[in-house]
Amino acid sequence: MNWPGKGLAKGLAVTFRQMTRRSVTAHYPDALPELPPRTRGVIALIEENCTSCMLCARECPAWCIYIDSHKDVIPATTEGGKDKTRNVLDRFAIDFSLCMYCSICVEACPFDALHWSPEFEYAELDIRELTHEKDRLRDWMWTVPAPVALDPGAEEAKEIGVAEKAAERAAAAQRVVEPVETTTGDLDKLDQPKEGDT
Amino acid sequence: MNATHTVVLAADDLSVFGQDPWWLVVIKSVLIFAILVVFTLFNIWFERRVVARMQHRVGPNVHGPFGLLQSLADGVKLALKEDIVPKAADKVVFLLAPIMSTVPAFVAFAVIPFGPEVTVPFTDITTPLQLTDMPVGVLFILAVASIGIYGIVLGGWSSGSTYSLLGGLRSSAQMISYEVAMGLSLVAVFLYAGSMSTSEIVAAQERLWFGLILIPSFVIYVISMVGETNRAPFDLPEAEGELVGGFHTEYSSLKFALFFLAEYVNMVTVSALATTLFLGGWRAPWPLSLWDGANEGYWPVLWFFAKVLLFIFMFIWLRGTLPRLRYDQFMKFGWKRLIPVSLVWIVAVATIRAISLEGGIDRTYLLAAIGVVAVLFLVLFFVGGAEEEAAEAEPEDQRHGDFDAFAGGYPVPPMPGKAVQGRTSVSLYESSPTLSKEQS
Amino acid sequence: MTDVAADGREHVVVGIGDGAAGFGGHERGGGTPGGLATQDMVLNIGPQHPATHGVLRLKLTLDGERIVDCDPVVGYMHRGVEKLFEVRDYRQIIVLANRHDWLSAFSSELGVVLAVERMLGMEVPTRAVWLRTMLAELNRVLNHLMFLGSYPIELGAITPMFYAFRERETLQAVMEEISGGRMHYMFNRVGGLKEDIPAGWVDRADDAARAVRSRMPQIEDLIFGNEIFQARTRGVGVLSRELIDAYGVSGPIARASGVDFDLRRDDPYLAYQELVDDGVMQVITQEEGDCYARFGMLLDQVQVSLDIVEACVDRLRSLDRGPINVRLPKILKAPEGATYAWTENPLGINGYYLVSRGEKTPWRMKLRSASFNNIAVLPEVLTGCVVADMVAVLGSMFFVVGDIDK
Repeated sequence: MNWPGKGLAKGLAVTFRQMTRRSVTAHYPDALPELPPRTRGVIALIEENCTSCMLCARECPAWCIYIDSHKDVIPATTEGGKDKTRNVLDRFAIDFSLCMYCSICVEACPFDALHWSPEFEYAELDIRELTHEKDRLRDWMWTVPAPVALDPGAEEAKEIGVAEKAAERAAAAQRVVEPVETTTGDLDKLDQPKEGDT
Repeated sequence: MNATHTVVLAADDLSVFGQDPWWLVVIKSVLIFAILVVFTLFNIWFERRVVARMQHRVGPNVHGPFGLLQSLADGVKLALKEDIVPKAADKVVFLLAPIMSTVPAFVAFAVIPFGPEVTVPFTDITTPLQLTDMPVGVLFILAVASIGIYGIVLGGWSSGSTYSLLGGLRSSAQMISYEVAMGLSLVAVFLYAGSMSTSEIVAAQERLWFGLILIPSFVIYVISMVGETNRAPFDLPEAEGELVGGFHTEYSSLKFALFFLAEYVNMVTVSALATTLFLGGWRAPWPLSLWDGANEGYWPVLWFFAKVLLFIFMFIWLRGTLPRLRYDQFMKFGWKRLIPVSLVWIVAVATIRAISLEGGIDRTYLLAAIGVVAVLFLVLFFVGGAEEEAAEAEPEDQRHGDFDAFAGGYPVPPMPGKAVQGRTSVSLYESSPTLSKEQS
Repeated sequence: MTDVAADGREHVVVGIGDGAAGFGGHERGGGTPGGLATQDMVLNIGPQHPATHGVLRLKLTLDGERIVDCDPVVGYMHRGVEKLFEVRDYRQIIVLANRHDWLSAFSSELGVVLAVERMLGMEVPTRAVWLRTMLAELNRVLNHLMFLGSYPIELGAITPMFYAFRERETLQAVMEEISGGRMHYMFNRVGGLKEDIPAGWVDRADDAARAVRSRMPQIEDLIFGNEIFQARTRGVGVLSRELIDAYGVSGPIARASGVDFDLRRDDPYLAYQELVDDGVMQVITQEEGDCYARFGMLLDQVQVSLDIVEACVDRLRSLDRGPINVRLPKILKAPEGATYAWTENPLGINGYYLVSRGEKTPWRMKLRSASFNNIAVLPEVLTGCVVADMVAVLGSMFFVVGDIDK
């Protein structure tokens, strides 16, 4: 039935009913929001993983990553061996006043040195303070959540396939000779062989 | 029935007024001022909280208990803001306008009765809870309220801004129209109460509220009081979506605060008037009125403010729900529906009143029945009119004649059914430097 | 900017920084016209005005409150996106593409990757196709909800905004969980999507879509049936089919005038062909072409989009295990050639004309944005309206200023 003023009454009823219900407001400073692990809040850096390869800085569409590095010479450990050079990171800074939060640097990093953290409370009164130097970026690393489990329909991560194959090979080798230490996905251990190579 | 007859026929007995010692008058005026200011602060908070609840938000809840001090904080903030006077403004009028709109809002409250005669504490003086009254009290309120409009009109005009000017224009037209409807809706009350003095009108509602027997008047008054105070859905002079802020676009700091104060005080004033004229003023509502003490001493002040708050809630509820009417629709509604309906209703009331004074039919039931019918008519009028207006509002197509591709200053394709003139289309390519360059 | 004022015609000032300096004295308004003779008043709506959602400027010539002339001045937010496209590789272009129309970020990204994929002849994994469809529709709902909330505000109803935003919040939580972003999703990649679905996300998205659907009647009751709202919008700002054809108006605005055109059905991309065949995807049209029909269009489209989301959810649950994207070479180069990829964005047709010379950046990438064409028709509609109708019409054209100015 369509009686006059029905629309007005309906609207008034909606607001009145709503008035008696609970609000949905997030009480932000008192209650922190629960953000999903993928939230792009701030970029964190594992300095130890960075090889100063500059890939992130070059891929960044906003050019907001600053990297300074120099080469260190590691003298040869064996007689007659060649000296090794190694990049040492002097400065790694991200200017969050320019950053577009596009995630390309995190994606581009071949050594998993950059990660997203959902932290967002880093507003500053001075725009220059928004350039986070490497210790600050390193500190954000403590807030990086573990990556989420994937949908059952998802293809398994290629690291799993690689690790399974490695395990198989190791098991096969074990049957033949002495047990060999298998490589794991652990970040620190991945890093070590690179430094102590040769 | 005889009692009412005598009230009607007797001359207004306002002898209790004008007997107060001077200090009591001062105390009363200061109290009214203070109550209004505090009530305004409360209303702003109340409005924000209620609207917030309607929008599933929380509203101000940080400053003071339940955020009650929020409006005070806002007021202080406003006062500390930079006071900007636009270059194009007429400085004297620009300054005068907010004062002109605020003062009448307060003055109107002088004749509103808050309660019956009471004894002033610590003395044996008895005085009515009302600053003063006069035989034409309600007319006084209408007159004073109209002066407030000057503030808005002049504020809009003197700002030297197009938005403000349009806001001021709308406001003057709107207020004048709705003043008429409002005045007419009160006539029935005067006929019934036999007086224009507010205290007498409250006294005449001892048995039955006029809001119940004079339903059409009540409805018309409520509609026009929303229009009169520039509140949603009739907030056309402010219309932030169209006119940014309307008449107060250019105002800042304390001057803006004064406009803001005036709006809220006006809201209280019209609500108080509605309470006085239609809801029995300070008289206790029905279940409470069974208790004898309810209408004595200082209790009635409570009933009075409860009723006023009810109206304030209605204001807020409307604002939280309804969109704004278009200016011309609003004017049509006022002139073509409210005023004719009022006139017919007044004639009806006058007739019935004349018959019942002669003696005969019990007028109450008759009036109530006619009232219900009239309300139905009013609603039908409004809704039926909306469709008719929509048809009228159809914009006429003003495009005629030949098509000129460069009419707007840049080339545009022709409208269907209109061919680009040969000459124009040739020149389109010749005159374009970029195109000819590429061709060569 | 091309200057066409040489023959003494009105000079159109386009560009950033012109501001008020470019106006003559009479255009600044002011309440003191000389003498009794009536004079047309020029009212600048914008670039800073609550009704323009940003920095669109309308130069209105008024006779009283009636508009006798309207001149939209665009370009205050011009960011030169097409030029920027030319110096970005395809992944970086996605970043920019989701920023011109910030309310349809996902759909805009989609056009870019579809263009590149077509150039490469790339086959996108099925799961990615369905997930893209679902996210595009969620994005459409988000976009429409925004306008369902903001349009009543322009007419003075402040509450629907909050109802719409509650629904937006519900859906944004879902979008954020999968993509990490709330507005600029940056989730499309050439060959698929950036990451796979988090465990349990499909159920949560389904719940969110159902919750939104269950609460949509509130918005409808609150505003759509309201007599005042109808009085303000019925018969106001009628767009004729001829105008739509002449100006290239598209999207819900065009369909509200009875133009039965929807790229999802008429040039299907993603999984839309199958959805159309299944009868899930329906193109809704209305005949009136007024503000009321345009607003109703959004309400109906939200329902259709939610239907599609549910169909996608079902499909994603039943699909076989598989990848979400294609492994790309280190340096992605589109082969030499050109293509035009258009998508049905929430606001209308969004097209990218991609010309590649085999480099890792496009040689030229033309952006056809929906809002630009939709707003171009404004002078035709607004002339003859009153100022209050201007707001009603402007709001019902559903535009995003970034999408106009690119």
